[in-house]
Amino acid sequence: MALLTIRDALNEALREELKRDENVFIMGEEVAEYDGAYKVTRGLWKEFGGKRVVDTPITELGFAAVGVGAAMAGLRPVVEFMTWNFSILASDQIINHAAKMLYMSGGQFPVPIVFRGPNGSAFQVSSQHSHALEAMYSNFPGLKVVMPSTAADAKGLLKSAIRDNNPVIFMEQERMYGMKGEVPEEEDFTIPLGVADVKREGTDCTIVARSMTVPLALQAAEKIKEEFDVSCEVVDPRTIKPLDIDTIVGSVKKTNRLVIAEESHSFASVGAEIAYQVMDTVFDHLDAPVKRISTVEAPMPYAKNLEAAALPSVEKIVEAVKEVCYL
Amino acid sequence: MSKAATLTEGSANKIQNGSNGKTAENEHVVDLLTREKAEKEKVELAKAEYEARRASQIESIKRTDKKLLREMLYQMVLGRRFEEKCAEVYRMGKIGGFCHLYIGQEAIAIGAMMALEPSDMVITSYRDHVQAMVKGISPEAVLAELYGKIGGCVKGKGGSMHMFSKEHEFYGGHGIVGGQIGVGTGMAYAAKYRESGQVTLCFFGEAAVNQGIFHESLNMAQLWRLPVIYICENNNYGMGTSQERAMSTRNIAKKADAYEMANEFVDGMDVMAVRDAALRAIERARNESLPTLLEVRSYRYMGHSMSDPGNYRTREEIAKYQERDPIVLFKDSLKAAKVLSDKDFDAIEAEAVETVERAVKFAEESPFPPESELLTDVLV
Repeated sequence: MALLTIRDALNEALREELKRDENVFIMGEEVAEYDGAYKVTRGLWKEFGGKRVVDTPITELGFAAVGVGAAMAGLRPVVEFMTWNFSILASDQIINHAAKMLYMSGGQFPVPIVFRGPNGSAFQVSSQHSHALEAMYSNFPGLKVVMPSTAADAKGLLKSAIRDNNPVIFMEQERMYGMKGEVPEEEDFTIPLGVADVKREGTDCTIVARSMTVPLALQAAEKIKEEFDVSCEVVDPRTIKPLDIDTIVGSVKKTNRLVIAEESHSFASVGAEIAYQVMDTVFDHLDAPVKRISTVEAPMPYAKNLEAAALPSVEKIVEAVKEVCYL
Repeated sequence: MSKAATLTEGSANKIQNGSNGKTAENEHVVDLLTREKAEKEKVELAKAEYEARRASQIESIKRTDKKLLREMLYQMVLGRRFEEKCAEVYRMGKIGGFCHLYIGQEAIAIGAMMALEPSDMVITSYRDHVQAMVKGISPEAVLAELYGKIGGCVKGKGGSMHMFSKEHEFYGGHGIVGGQIGVGTGMAYAAKYRESGQVTLCFFGEAAVNQGIFHESLNMAQLWRLPVIYICENNNYGMGTSQERAMSTRNIAKKADAYEMANEFVDGMDVMAVRDAALRAIERARNESLPTLLEVRSYRYMGHSMSDPGNYRTREEIAKYQERDPIVLFKDSLKAAKVLSDKDFDAIEAEAVETVERAVKFAEESPFPPESELLTDVLV
């Protein structure tokens, strides 16, 4: 095991895949000579050169389209958005082209492309740089959506995403780039897409969390254990689409209670979908209504105190667990 | 740009600007007289242009292989008869949804695509039936697709707007105006990356030029020297809105100057002019890895789609363009150059009609896709 930041784990995944397959290339704004806006691509341009690591103009729709066309014609592009917020400019290419190409070509043109970058809030970057967009992209058949929360997951899932023959939405979190974790050093370590991970085992309440809310949920579980001797199980789906609902359902059957913690807004969210699927399959196992913690229904404010109030927190998750456990 | 091309641009301008006739009522008589004069001028101009076209076309025909010329005419006639059949069966309810026909624009697809190698790549908009067939998809598979049958080239999942063939390097008909301009740029990017030597031909209508993706794509293509040829099929109407009501400038080819990209204006009624311009652009792409923008001015005889009655233009306007019909012109030139005779034309016509009938039979007999197809091809 090696102790790596999520940033460096992602960097290792990219380096290994660039080495493994000459059809893999990285493109995006400031990914090459600048070493990446968040340094995820640090050193790669120097090591692999300008053919494999390509700086683009600030032209999100354009370079997303180049990625889609290149993928149709046999390459495996990894397209970086400086933040997923900017992907909205490129969403026509992601949604109308990448996601639908295989189907509308009757299976003839797969689009093996990864769109990646930081999703959700950062540190006081305000409304247009803080949106968590996974619910939107999860709504389109033809896309896979991946959201790692640890260094090991980041590395193993990114390598699998690059090898996948479908368009993959790979969402990182800027607040988490510096978080460290153990990463297996075995050669060619990968984690399959579509498999959830139980980040903490427990018996009394299930907390489903993803990306930024995973560390929050783990802290909340610890706090609840100390204060109330209630044992929480933290399940991280890791891949939002396809969703490993079986692992979530299995946990709920054991704990009979469910809290969902997510960074996105609540309306029509991934959490809403998980709550529905759990209700649909194991309604009789629930001892309390499902509770959800999301970002408030407002664009992200700038002021530090307001930003903190808008986002999910350890305290909010603790309160939700108390509620479903009738504490 | 050749002298002839400059002449065409000028005269086409006169034709198009003349059709603008909004005036107040008290100027009605003056307006009528002015319009009458303008109409006369236009007819004379069209006649003169037709003669000029024929002369230059004959020159070009003399330089071209006879077998290829016959095949070009055949593909044009087949495209025309095929689309006429589509209109017929659409009205019978055999085809659903949207159906955008290519009648009047045949010289563009045939002129440009028959200058390619089979391994070259093509991508286009939703007006894609003829491009699909010229690239090698059988008329049977195209028509069956229009019928929504399993024998269609994408198993009935795409319909009129989404013909594809991996085997024939046909990267599809696409339904978002301009979307394919970016995808085509990416295909050319891959060809350059892999040093495959392939050229990409990317078709779109003039209305797509107003989309951001056109400009983003041209910038990257020139910046990165991509082997792509952008072919703007200027049929003067984005659905029901004429170019003059939608674009601040008249000259689309010159927009490429903003990106320091090679560009040319081409008469889209002249299949040989299109072919010659395409050959120059293909050479530039293949040998110098440089992009080109071709503005090919054309006219669609039918509505935007089968549901468009075309109330925004007059029958006279359409008739004027039909006088310069690309198939009639090409036949006249081939005859004058003594390449083909009336007998050959009859044979070509009969062959095209027979092919279309065969396609109808195939489409009729092909079964609908089984429901098991519903959830396949969503993910690999």
